[in-house]
Amino acid sequence: MTLLEVDNLRLSYPARGFRKKSPEVLKGVSIEIAPGETLGLVGESGSGKTTLGRAVLGLAAPTGGSIRFAGHDITNTPTKERRGLARDIQVVFQDPYTSLNPALQIADILAEPLIAQGVEGKEARTRVMALLDRVGLPANSADRYPREFSGGQRQRVAIARALALKPKLIVCDEPVSALDLTTQAKVMDLFLELQRETGVAYLFITHDLAVVRHISHRVAVMYRGEIVETGTAAQVTNHPRDPYTQALLLAAPTADPDKQRARREARWKMMREAANATQAQGGTAVSAGVSS
Amino acid sequence: MTVNEVTQPLEVSAQEMKKRAGAMKRLLRNPLGLSSVIIMLALVLLGLLEPVLSNHDPLFASLQHINAPAGTDGWLLGGDQFGRDIWARVLTSINVSLISAVIGAGVGLVFGSIFGLIAGYAGGRADAVLSWIFNLLMTFPSLVLVMVLAPVIGSTYQGMMAIFGLFLAPGIFRLVRNLVQGVRNELYVDAARVAGLSTRRILSRHVLYVVRGPVVISTVFLASTAIGVQSGLAFLGFGSTQTPSFGSMTGDAFANIYTEPMQFVWPSLFLALLSGSLILFGNAYRDALAGPQTVAAKKKHRREAPHEAVTRYEPDGAVGGGLLKLRNLRVSYPQPDGSEKNVVEGLSLDIHPGEIVGLVGESGSGKTQTAFSILGLLPKEARVAADEMRLAGDSLIGVSQTQMRKLRGGVISYIPQEPMSNLDPSFTVGSQLMEGLTKAMSKAEAKQTILALLERVGIADPARTFNSYPHQISGGMAQRVLIAGAVASRPKLLIADEPTTALDVTVQAEILDLLRELQGELGMGVLLVTHNFGVVADLCDRVVVMRNGHLVEEGGVREIFHHPSQEYTQELINSILDEDTVRMDPPVVVAAQAGGKE
Amino acid sequence: MFTFILKRLGEGAILIFVVTAITFFLTFGAGIPVAHNILGPSATPEQIASLNADLGLDRPILEQYFSWLGGVLHGDLGHSYFTSEAITSSLIHRLPVTMSVVLVSCIITVIVSVLLGVASAARGGWLDKVLQGIATISYIFPAIVLGVVLVYVFAVTLKWVPAIGFVPIGESFGGWFGSVILPAIVLAIGGIASLAAQVRGTMIDELSKDYIRSLRSRGVTERSILLKHALRNAAGPALTTFSLMFIAMFGSSLFVEKIFALPGFGSFGYMATIQGDLPAMLGVSLFSVGLVVVVNLVVDLANGWLNPKVRVS
Repeated sequence: MTLLEVDNLRLSYPARGFRKKSPEVLKGVSIEIAPGETLGLVGESGSGKTTLGRAVLGLAAPTGGSIRFAGHDITNTPTKERRGLARDIQVVFQDPYTSLNPALQIADILAEPLIAQGVEGKEARTRVMALLDRVGLPANSADRYPREFSGGQRQRVAIARALALKPKLIVCDEPVSALDLTTQAKVMDLFLELQRETGVAYLFITHDLAVVRHISHRVAVMYRGEIVETGTAAQVTNHPRDPYTQALLLAAPTADPDKQRARREARWKMMREAANATQAQGGTAVSAGVSS
Repeated sequence: MTVNEVTQPLEVSAQEMKKRAGAMKRLLRNPLGLSSVIIMLALVLLGLLEPVLSNHDPLFASLQHINAPAGTDGWLLGGDQFGRDIWARVLTSINVSLISAVIGAGVGLVFGSIFGLIAGYAGGRADAVLSWIFNLLMTFPSLVLVMVLAPVIGSTYQGMMAIFGLFLAPGIFRLVRNLVQGVRNELYVDAARVAGLSTRRILSRHVLYVVRGPVVISTVFLASTAIGVQSGLAFLGFGSTQTPSFGSMTGDAFANIYTEPMQFVWPSLFLALLSGSLILFGNAYRDALAGPQTVAAKKKHRREAPHEAVTRYEPDGAVGGGLLKLRNLRVSYPQPDGSEKNVVEGLSLDIHPGEIVGLVGESGSGKTQTAFSILGLLPKEARVAADEMRLAGDSLIGVSQTQMRKLRGGVISYIPQEPMSNLDPSFTVGSQLMEGLTKAMSKAEAKQTILALLERVGIADPARTFNSYPHQISGGMAQRVLIAGAVASRPKLLIADEPTTALDVTVQAEILDLLRELQGELGMGVLLVTHNFGVVADLCDRVVVMRNGHLVEEGGVREIFHHPSQEYTQELINSILDEDTVRMDPPVVVAAQAGGKE
Repeated sequence: MFTFILKRLGEGAILIFVVTAITFFLTFGAGIPVAHNILGPSATPEQIASLNADLGLDRPILEQYFSWLGGVLHGDLGHSYFTSEAITSSLIHRLPVTMSVVLVSCIITVIVSVLLGVASAARGGWLDKVLQGIATISYIFPAIVLGVVLVYVFAVTLKWVPAIGFVPIGESFGGWFGSVILPAIVLAIGGIASLAAQVRGTMIDELSKDYIRSLRSRGVTERSILLKHALRNAAGPALTTFSLMFIAMFGSSLFVEKIFALPGFGSFGYMATIQGDLPAMLGVSLFSVGLVVVVNLVVDLANGWLNPKVRVS
């Protein structure tokens, strides 16, 4: 039984002015997530990965295709009905500095989803304290403000907020990209731990291949609004079939000087072969022209 | 993960406590703020107590008291040219001004904020229409129109103020709209929407807080404007000619100024007190909202030699032929409470010609501060000192800004992190790059050099890019442009501050290739600031690890990766996500997955 | 760029149209007893009715509007009810007076604001205090008070310049200058307060941006950074403030014209309103809005030219 099923989703942002139609950001994207599973969504800027996440969350309106959650079509749900979905789908954003309202105390921030569902007062408070404990933050955090915490700690708060309603799926949009190395590792561990305990599924969006390997069961690679490859994590990251995925893997530097040199040379080799292939086909050689 | 590590940054410092003390308290502690509040309250009180405090009706005229001087019995400020009691008229005028302020600013506030809220939150068509209307309103020559429409609206000053209030609304509209729009795009509002919070709740919880302060300040200034305009109109003779107001009083006094100039002084003085205290209050509140400020040292930024100076000039030979020699660098910033915060302490570093040194650390490590202090580009408030800072043997300490300027873009160069924000949007790419070069060569030569470099860094159509504006090129191209600019003078030392962090992985690889090639060709020494160990492994010969402003460890790149001597370095290396392990455990399906209600 | 200009022109035309229409319907529809005012309290109902018919005031209001509009499109704004002078010619005579004061004031304001704003942003210190001082003075003492004080000190006591009256520039440059300088200064103080603060604020923002640091890293001189790069980017918002300030100045000229007895636009409008001289009132509105539209258009064009995104498209 699939938890989330996205079928041929299309999306263009509303056009500004009467003249042009704005370009399509999602050009027919299809993905599936099973309960308790992590689907890693990898791509560079302009790939549309964040937009796909926002569409699943109801923050961006698709212009075609469908999104089904637990069998129900949620493609164009109006705001009122979205509230019900809040119990099932939640989010952790990338930026720990702007995803928490600086004017609210941690307890208020964590209570927000509870309040939205009608849980208030003492019960809300009890659940907030339980959440803090779950993500490894001390109890006295509740009465403090976000500015008193480090990036990693704020991200924990964001995770706690996402867990408050015990969702079945959490969309994680680059949740560790803005964190220091040491913090990153710890937060990744938290994500894994929570998934094993609660069986929540993740749509884990990232540009970092090392991160995606670590946490995903399955991986989908996006390029310019389309999915170019899907498969198990092992498959996609060790034996990619699509040339873009291959290029991506070779481009990411590895933390070992000798291995990196080997990888670099493999990448140059691949570029030379691609250039020769284009030339052989009679096209203009891929010059030293910039790719982006 | 220990509890200690997690709780450490939670220590609430004395500074935090002060910040939390609230804007109002800060305002009252500010002498200007306090005095403005006192004056305002005093004036309001005077106005309220008018029936009690004045001896005569403001319209009562006594022939014996025409132009009576101040202090005449029962006539505190004397009589005007019609024999009316100036003191009584002043008190009434205070009330008139206050009412004008309330009506004018009130109307402006209500219209401006309601529609600003709608425009800012709903966006789209509603925003377009409302913005258009309010822009139109803003460009109305309001005074002329109010004057012309006066006979039509009814010539009471209250009516005129209500109309004028409409013309004041666009200012508040724009302010509220921009603030609300800003908040609406914040991630925490998105999170609230995902949490299922209703629009009404989102507005009251998140939007209101941000809007409150600036709107209060604007309204205070509007009130002052309203008072001023009402006085002006009354001065000309518009609006409720029977009611005394500061405007009518000054108007009358102006006619009488040769006879009795003092009559002009009284209403002007009180008007000034009223307007002035409002403005001072507004300014003080604005400052209070901004939080405690540092007493910025306005000294010219010079790198100081330490007072226990042992620095002597050493000729090249003695220094050992190194490119950059840095000993015991200290960088600190003054804090609001007078103390100093050290961001770099005791850092020593060597770079040899042709060597690529990676400067790594997490946030707060001081690596970027170190890079900028070598360049001499830290903000004015920074205090920089070092035992030695030499570039190719020449000391950089105590060097004036003018001399540093000659070195920058010449012997030392810089590549920034974020390409687009580092280009001046108003000038073409080519002209910007040329500017640093023209001190060493002619314009024509500079242009040739730049064009050649643009091609060298891999830009397909150099001439076109040369003539383009920053908004017309992509991020990757912009970074190449900045690299071209940095190497144009064939610098000896290149300082690169996270040059690929803002770029996509595929573009990053290309830029790293480029940097490697250029470094090889020009034989530059490179200081590469980064937090990415992959980049370090790709480019660097040596590595320097920093933490909290201190040097932790330094060594050859293989040493650091395979045999680090410090625990922290080992911890960093261990945190790098292993490339070989892939997730193997299957998805867990928890039986009790009946949703999160309970 | 071209479409930009067209769009702005179109919007300007709509603005003029809308404002004058509203003003027309409000004034003519308000039931001001024009004939009564002209003929005085002892007029008989027949005399009033007859005058109303002569002036065309007994026609339905829409008809009156189109008739007026038609005249406007031919450059004919009608005639004053009280002096029978053609409104258009009255306005043309009055305009140079007001414009002299406003233009001189603008020049003073711009020069002082830019100098003060840039210097204050670059150096701070006592320049900041000067700026704040001027701002405070302008807020505390509105135009009327400042005007009277300046007249008293410089004209009456020191007798450096005449207290009242206007000397056309054609007649004598010195005389002209003497008659406009004081009112111009009064207006300028308010203008400097807002514009200098705006310039300073925007300059400070620009100077803290990344590209400034990058320029410095390439060895660009401080002077170039300040005057060529930062100022150029700060000019946009400053221009917008300038247009708002111009509008405000134009309005405030009403007050200074009374204080300095200048036969300008403002005093004309004032008389028209007091008397209920409807065509004159309308003429004044039309002209004011027209002027504002022109100024805004010029400023918008300048802004568009400054902004490479608009200029290049």
